[in-house]
Amino acid sequence: MSPRGEAGLWIAQRASAAVLALCVLVHIVVMIYAVRGGLSAAEILGRTRGNAGWAVFYSLFVLAVAVHAPIGLRAIAIEWLGWRGRSLGIFVHLFAALLLMMGLRAVWAVCA
Amino acid sequence: MRFDWRARNHPAWWAFLVHRLSGLALALFLPLHFWALGQALQGEVALDGFLRWTDQPLVKVSEWGIVVLLAAHAAGGLRLLALEMLPWRDWQKTLLALAAGITVAAGLALALAL
Repeated sequence: MSPRGEAGLWIAQRASAAVLALCVLVHIVVMIYAVRGGLSAAEILGRTRGNAGWAVFYSLFVLAVAVHAPIGLRAIAIEWLGWRGRSLGIFVHLFAALLLMMGLRAVWAVCA
Repeated sequence: MRFDWRARNHPAWWAFLVHRLSGLALALFLPLHFWALGQALQGEVALDGFLRWTDQPLVKVSEWGIVVLLAAHAAGGLRLLALEMLPWRDWQKTLLALAAGITVAAGLALALAL
């Protein structure tokens, strides 16, 4: 990849990390609150269904992680596996698409 | 290249390794997590059925482990953002200790709530 492309990925990785830092903090606090007394579908869906705020929050969370995780996997593939070139680019894009689709489907499942 | 542990056995290298391995584990976990939440599309009963499966002790311990990895990755990531974005200070080990502290605190809080 061109130096310009690498710089773009570096910025995307840091920008998504900044968004994720906030999202993960909220996620961990909600998890610790929610698991007290055990998890139930009624409790989870009672909190999320029809709630536009949670829908927006989790959609942003999914979007940020769909940018962040594939770029991280790309770095690991290059440095630890020596995987480069077009096939790596295809894999990274497919993984990003998988996370985005599965993630938004999950948001839809619990918020709609 | 010769593998030399002396070059690697220092706190910043261990922080790098924890960040990388936790990130890898989280990336592999995410599709499973999204699939599990997607059970709600089949209704509350389907999601409850899955949640009952997660009541098994081994699954509970794994869940706790993945949350600790999430806390470690987030705290380690904040450390990296601070190193890269803020003016240079002689505080690298303080940041490392802070990241480790945040991870332990999150792990303990969840363990107490479970």
